[in-house]
Amino acid sequence: MTLDPVLLSRLQWAWVISWHILLPAFTLGLAAYIAVLEGLLFFTGRDIWLRISTFWTRIFAVSFGMGVVSGIVMPFQFGTNWSRFTDATADVISPLMAYEGLMAFFLEASFLGVLLFGRRLVPAWAHFFAGLMVAFGTLLSSFWILTANSWMQTPAGYKLINGRFEPVDWLAIVFSPSLPYRWFHTVNGFFVTTAFVVLGVGAWLLRRQRAPDDARMMIRMALDLLIIIVPLQMVLGDQQGLNTLKYQPAKLAAIEGRYDTVQPTPLTVFGIPDDAAATMHDAIEIPDLGSLVLTHSWRGVIKGLKEWPADQRPPVGPPFFCFRIMVGVAFIMLFVAAAGQILRWRGRLWQSPRFLWLLQYTAPLGFIAVICGWITTEVGRQPWTVYGLLRTADSVSPSLTGTDVVISLVCYVAVYLVMYPAGIAVMAALVRRGPQAPEVPLRHEGGLPRAPFESAARAVPNSPPP
Amino acid sequence: MVTLDFVPLWTLLLALAVFYYVVFDGFDLGVGMLYGFVPDPSMRSTIMDSVAPVWDGNETWLVFGGLGLLTAFPLAFAIIIPAVYFPILVMLLALMFRGVAFEFRFRHEYLRRFWDGAFCGGSIVATIAQGVVLGAFIQGFKVDGRQFGGGSFDFATPFAFVVGLALLAGYGLLGAGWLILKTEGALQDWARRAGRLCLLGVLAGILVVSVWTPLANAGIAQRWFTWPNIALLAPVPIITAAIAIVEWYALARRYELVPFLGAIGLFMMSFLGIAISLWPMIVPYHYTLWQAASPESTQAFLLVGTLFLLPVILMYTAWSYWVFRGKVRGDVGYHP
Repeated sequence: MTLDPVLLSRLQWAWVISWHILLPAFTLGLAAYIAVLEGLLFFTGRDIWLRISTFWTRIFAVSFGMGVVSGIVMPFQFGTNWSRFTDATADVISPLMAYEGLMAFFLEASFLGVLLFGRRLVPAWAHFFAGLMVAFGTLLSSFWILTANSWMQTPAGYKLINGRFEPVDWLAIVFSPSLPYRWFHTVNGFFVTTAFVVLGVGAWLLRRQRAPDDARMMIRMALDLLIIIVPLQMVLGDQQGLNTLKYQPAKLAAIEGRYDTVQPTPLTVFGIPDDAAATMHDAIEIPDLGSLVLTHSWRGVIKGLKEWPADQRPPVGPPFFCFRIMVGVAFIMLFVAAAGQILRWRGRLWQSPRFLWLLQYTAPLGFIAVICGWITTEVGRQPWTVYGLLRTADSVSPSLTGTDVVISLVCYVAVYLVMYPAGIAVMAALVRRGPQAPEVPLRHEGGLPRAPFESAARAVPNSPPP
Repeated sequence: MVTLDFVPLWTLLLALAVFYYVVFDGFDLGVGMLYGFVPDPSMRSTIMDSVAPVWDGNETWLVFGGLGLLTAFPLAFAIIIPAVYFPILVMLLALMFRGVAFEFRFRHEYLRRFWDGAFCGGSIVATIAQGVVLGAFIQGFKVDGRQFGGGSFDFATPFAFVVGLALLAGYGLLGAGWLILKTEGALQDWARRAGRLCLLGVLAGILVVSVWTPLANAGIAQRWFTWPNIALLAPVPIITAAIAIVEWYALARRYELVPFLGAIGLFMMSFLGIAISLWPMIVPYHYTLWQAASPESTQAFLLVGTLFLLPVILMYTAWSYWVFRGKVRGDVGYHP
């Protein structure tokens, strides 16, 4: 058996990016939530906002730290494993990633220190401002990294010279055709992910009567947000589907499990794809619905994969199945968000132990949807790194042997399998501790306080015994 | 149309970014390695609190240095990074252990010793790996067209590991300087002794590398030792020696800021020495800065933002250092 450095490098990329994206998927929404809480605290001065904000800021610190260290790995992958891709595309996409560093990483890192450790050292408005800047940084970060990804999916604004991409129009490069859809869908998906975690943690705390007032507030805030952003996410996903149909029809065919072109196109609900034979076994299909869903018309055509030569088709399995899992998750989320509002409207939200129990288990749903959505779009882009122009097989570093990549992949797997469970355990311990009474005086003068422990003991009836 | 040459400006910016990274992450990696050797484990929380609010900002410069190299000199990135595949891997994994140890150590009571080890060991391993990358860079790479043409283990030479150890001593010295600045009492006294030990290591490292490099490379020997260069460049070793003497005495006396500044000075002189040896190569002995540069349009596109954002970044970075100024306080930082 020969070890293929291309396949192994792809596995390595998939491994490090999948674990990494779980963290921004959580911290982007959480940073915004903390900024909102800090704002409420600043304007109302109520202790509840301080408790909830401090509680989530501690959890944020752990996940952000893990996000930083797993994120530093990513740009180096371009060089270590994908040096030919780098040589071909750096002139176009590297500034996009450099802007992410310049605009976002420094902003986040500097203000995070103040947000975490500075409550006693800076005036209240500056602490609120630090929260805003961290949230703003995570948004900028998502924007720039998705400009690079979107350019790889739907390249624009370049010219090809001797197999290397040269920039022609920066506006077209930054705002490539799939960027707005991808960015909105991703950011909104991250908000949904965080809201479900907040919901689940709130339900867990409430069931155990730990800081019940704070827990109820978390649940209320999350449910109010979700009833808007879950349906919105479905609309945004539909729009991204239309964009994919226009610019990446082969990917769409793979998502739909479509090998043959049929008009009108049925919707394949389920089946077992067989790329070698280019058929879908045991397909369950609903006539005409594919045309309606994907083209918004009864007679629309979806081209089947057989319209492309075999060496230009993405594999069907991962996009087909992952897409269905993502959509399934979306419907569960819609059910939860709607059920929460109905229970609340009837005044029975806090009296329904079954619903609170359910919320605990729906907490990780967003992460599943995020991972599945990204597998769908990234595997669907194959066999290309730059869609239709640069093959994945021509992107890998020429010096790498299969053994080299096996060694590095094993190292990444081993380290992530230590780091992530440890991180999750740390965050779980913070959740178990629950929101605590404020350790610091709420209102203070700017600068260095003279007696920092003066009002450390502030009784809050809400908090559990230590 | 007038064409502008952005290469000198980008070279300067990148050099400053790398230097900033080396000094700032250098001191927090150095603090990390000293952490494992303090006589009294109760000092460890103070040591960690001295870098806790700033470490991820410092590490961000590594990302910026990497991405800046990628943007301004993509050919260098595409050749150098695969050539140091394993040192980069080891560095990234070590940084990971060390980075998460900040948070995990304070939350996992039962695993505290493990995370203490991860923090110190991660700092040491990451530093040696960075030194090995630097050593391999000075030695040069086998190049085939626009790609690295050697094997993934070519980096592993005695020279590269010597540079790795020299950097270990160097970051240790920076870390000791930082601790002298930020702490008091017994811990500060200990940092002074550790700093002197590191200084001896640094001087040995500088000496070995300065002798070995020209011996191994005739071009570099010629640059330093032919007339009139030998006279023009003589200030480099002379100033280095002067800083070393000042540093030795400052570590032993009551100075609090001088040891840290002296360590930065030694790094600056070493940095200058390497730059003089390799100029104008960015992929040593194969491609110059100009040959590896990205097109003007790419450099200009990023330059616009950089010139605007860099001062802003430096401003709020300075502000966050200002907020946490002075000696480490018991009530600010991680406390369970």
